[in-house]
Amino acid sequence: MGNEAKRMATIRKKHTGAVIVGFGWTGAIMAIELANAGLDVVALERGDNRDTIPDFAYPQITDEVKYSARQALLQNLAKTTITIRHTKGDVALPYRQFGTFKPGEGVGGAGTHWSGVQSRVSPDELRLYSRVKERYGEKFIPADMNLQDWGVTYDELEPHFDRFEYVCGTSGKAGNIKGTPVEGGNPFEGYRSREYPVPPLADHPTGRLFAAAAKSLGYKPFPLPAGNASAAYQNEYGCQLGPCNFCGFCSDYGCLNYSKASPQTTIIPALLRKPNFELRVNSHVTRVNLDSTGKRAIGVTYIDAEGNEVEQPADMVILAAFHLHNIRLMLSSRIGTPFNVDTNEGVIGRNLCYQYINSVNMFWDRDVYINQFIGTGGGGQAIEEFNADNFDHGPLGFIGGGVIWGRQTGNGPVRGVPLPAGTPKWGTEWKQAVVDNFLHTGRIESQSSSLANRAYYADLDPTYKDAYGTPLLRLTFDWNDNDLRSATFLGSKVMEIGRAMNPRSMSGRVFKPGMHWDTRPYQSTHVCGGTSMGADPKTSAVNKYLQSWDVSNVFVLGANTFAHGIGYNPTGLVGGLAYWAASNIRSQYLKNPGPMVQA
Amino acid sequence: MRKKILIPITAIAVLVGICWASTWSKAAVSVAADVAARPGDPVHGEYLARAGDCMACHTVKGGEPFAGGYPFKTPVGTIYSSNITSDRQHGIGGYSFDDFVLAMREGVAKDGRRLYPAMPYTSYAKVSDADLKDLYAYFTTRVPASSDANRRADIVWPLSIRWPLAFWDRAFHDDSRFQPVDSQSAEWNRGAYLVQGLAHCGTCHTPRGAAMQELDLSGKTSLYLSGAALDNASPINLRGDAGSGLGDWSEQDIVALLQTGRDPHSAVTGPMGDVVEHSTQYLSEGDLHAIASYLKSLPSRQQDPAAFQASDATLRSIMAGTATGAGASIYIDSCAACHRQNGPGASRVFPSLANNPMVLAAHPDSLIAVILNGSRLPSTAGAPSPLAMPPFAWRYNDAEVAELATFVRSSWGNHASRVTADQVKNVRAQLKH
Repeated sequence: MGNEAKRMATIRKKHTGAVIVGFGWTGAIMAIELANAGLDVVALERGDNRDTIPDFAYPQITDEVKYSARQALLQNLAKTTITIRHTKGDVALPYRQFGTFKPGEGVGGAGTHWSGVQSRVSPDELRLYSRVKERYGEKFIPADMNLQDWGVTYDELEPHFDRFEYVCGTSGKAGNIKGTPVEGGNPFEGYRSREYPVPPLADHPTGRLFAAAAKSLGYKPFPLPAGNASAAYQNEYGCQLGPCNFCGFCSDYGCLNYSKASPQTTIIPALLRKPNFELRVNSHVTRVNLDSTGKRAIGVTYIDAEGNEVEQPADMVILAAFHLHNIRLMLSSRIGTPFNVDTNEGVIGRNLCYQYINSVNMFWDRDVYINQFIGTGGGGQAIEEFNADNFDHGPLGFIGGGVIWGRQTGNGPVRGVPLPAGTPKWGTEWKQAVVDNFLHTGRIESQSSSLANRAYYADLDPTYKDAYGTPLLRLTFDWNDNDLRSATFLGSKVMEIGRAMNPRSMSGRVFKPGMHWDTRPYQSTHVCGGTSMGADPKTSAVNKYLQSWDVSNVFVLGANTFAHGIGYNPTGLVGGLAYWAASNIRSQYLKNPGPMVQA
Repeated sequence: MRKKILIPITAIAVLVGICWASTWSKAAVSVAADVAARPGDPVHGEYLARAGDCMACHTVKGGEPFAGGYPFKTPVGTIYSSNITSDRQHGIGGYSFDDFVLAMREGVAKDGRRLYPAMPYTSYAKVSDADLKDLYAYFTTRVPASSDANRRADIVWPLSIRWPLAFWDRAFHDDSRFQPVDSQSAEWNRGAYLVQGLAHCGTCHTPRGAAMQELDLSGKTSLYLSGAALDNASPINLRGDAGSGLGDWSEQDIVALLQTGRDPHSAVTGPMGDVVEHSTQYLSEGDLHAIASYLKSLPSRQQDPAAFQASDATLRSIMAGTATGAGASIYIDSCAACHRQNGPGASRVFPSLANNPMVLAAHPDSLIAVILNGSRLPSTAGAPSPLAMPPFAWRYNDAEVAELATFVRSSWGNHASRVTADQVKNVRAQLKH
């Protein structure tokens, strides 16, 4: 393509200790931990540099056209994207407009434009295969499900979840401190070693109504943990957050208020002070370079802003890009065996998973006042009676589950004002409906797990290439029977709680058996799996320390290392895993480089 | 402090005309023999160079350290700071210790040229022989040589003639060393020595007279460090006044501000951000506490004792929807998101607007400049986040900014003077360069 012709001779940079591909959450975490360990660290980010001021300055950032409709903070799909198909018999086509998910780009990555729901993981989900086998018998697992344990335990990860939350200044209420139940928190959560760094965000009206309805039905609502600070906070790196003002511009936006935890607010200011750290933006990594044995990485090659091909030699390569790009780099760099859908063998691209969202809007008469001029990304009330294996799946015949919540994240004229079913999409009646409903509507949702199905995977597209000449990543994915039954069950619970909130009417999207994945409406950016972690190199791409089984000086971070989808939002687990990997690299790998687990 | 300190060229010209045609001689350098004989300690000298913030004026952005060339705009033209690296030709590598002392204490260069008093030799005269020796050792042996040539001032003849500066020196310069006060503690004396000497706080924080001379260089009167108006900023009153000074601050608050640029009362803005970034954050805890101890000993100037009296009337009127004036409306729309509606903001993150000396300063220029230009905190070891406020010059006109500033200066118990559109206009004009 055009860039190829203009490309000059390869520039070779000075050798460094670690090169980090991608500078969002996981890249920033690994960068500061390795820099603090004394390594020379270079981070390569394909997008632009971004900071709160000037990039997220008020009032410019609250531009719904620019950021929600035109998605200014998201990946540039004109340069690189993915292709998508439902089954291996279909022809995949490029994803040319954002719909179902929103990969980020630029410094901070998706960590700048996330909402802020910051959960960990249910301890059961890290060993769901074993748990299901123990409780329901192995035959309970559907034949087409690649269910497998993650190879790491909640006990091992707990200190790192704690650390990530204390870096983020997470708002929340503990439900279980070292095994002792704590009133007011989530009674189902995995234990935590201490209370959250700051108290939960104040409840918005939707959260209050949700909690009251859930309680009336016998559930135990709790405040959602939020990466939106409820109070001024300073973390271990000295970085500071200010209290969230409920402006309602979180998802799709950078935080104008230094309130939302992001690499910019929590890590980068401290990292940029370190002389052994260097950030290079507009640097798109095209491959990891291996030596002649194919067993050792010698660095990466990237294309800089001028179109030069640049080689960055390094002792270690950290893949810290978004999920999709990490998988593609593994494939295009020939690290690990690609998944073969016919034989169910191979690991790169295996266990591609996603998440299921049921979303219901409720509309009340004017006597129920919901201030929709306020909102916050992570705050709200939730229940977890139907997540993970918190309930008896025996009679239900599916595996998995999820959380149900009442959140109020910010509505607006461009982003969309929820209106009752049957309202015209424009014109006088639409306007009147907005006036009648804007301050009397609220949304409740469920988010449920997507478990690995052997028919669904990622590989390199045989037809389409990106602006740099690399084949696009091809996703073969659709909803599957197990997950649809799980999501349908969650949907019925959402409707039950919704009815208990006594609205005049309800409308929204609720899963039904037999539905197919529609990539046009937004679903969730919680795509996961594809380079699974695990204890067995036959079914996982990386070991429990997120180290490639095949090339031991390559570490792979991000939700792509999930063995399967989870009920919670992924950020807390992604951040916790990054600290876990960093901690073990520091304590083990740097002293004795090589495979940390013998295959 | 450093940008556009008004140099009293005009006053000097007048002085030349009317002044006594007295005789004067090149000041003699007097240094203790034992200090002159011993070698200086360049490591301590580097620390002292930080304390004096030599970097701020002697380094241009992106340039070699201490290579000079930093512009100071004056009413008659622009002058540039000198190369003070160890380069023998362009820097001060060829200076003897006596030459160095003469420049630091008398404002006279090796070649006999008078320095403009933008160089705070009026404060550096207080510095001890031993400290000057260490500074000399640092600059002449440790600062890498830069061959950047000194830049001539862009001032037209005859105003560019420098010898009449001698008259200004004769009138206003007191070449005497810091004298410890026996009745005060060692800490207090250390603080006074630093504040009056190397740290040259008075350069910005003490009001100036008609010839731009600092009205008190030694803390003898209540004018000393009582706040000023200078260079698009209104350096705050550092004396014990409640509200408009440091009367309500603890010693630890002062230390925190100098170390990190932020404390529970306020945050640095304008040139003070550079001071924290390049100078005070590097000072030892002991020296910072000494400075704080000295500042806390300065009695109130008692100009405006009622600058602040806590009140929740503003919060109540905002909550009730009755705060409908132009200033209040702009505040709610553009400021309350971070600074909140209640006045105190969020400690160390979003500065308090209630009882903040910068807000309550007699001259509102700093407040106006921050509203127009925004502000960014320095990134320091103790507080690495360069928290920033966006600019609003593009959004609000002079009258609107005046209304906003007036609202801020009269809310939550603040009682400072109104701000006029003309004051905003003046600051805006200077910000445009």
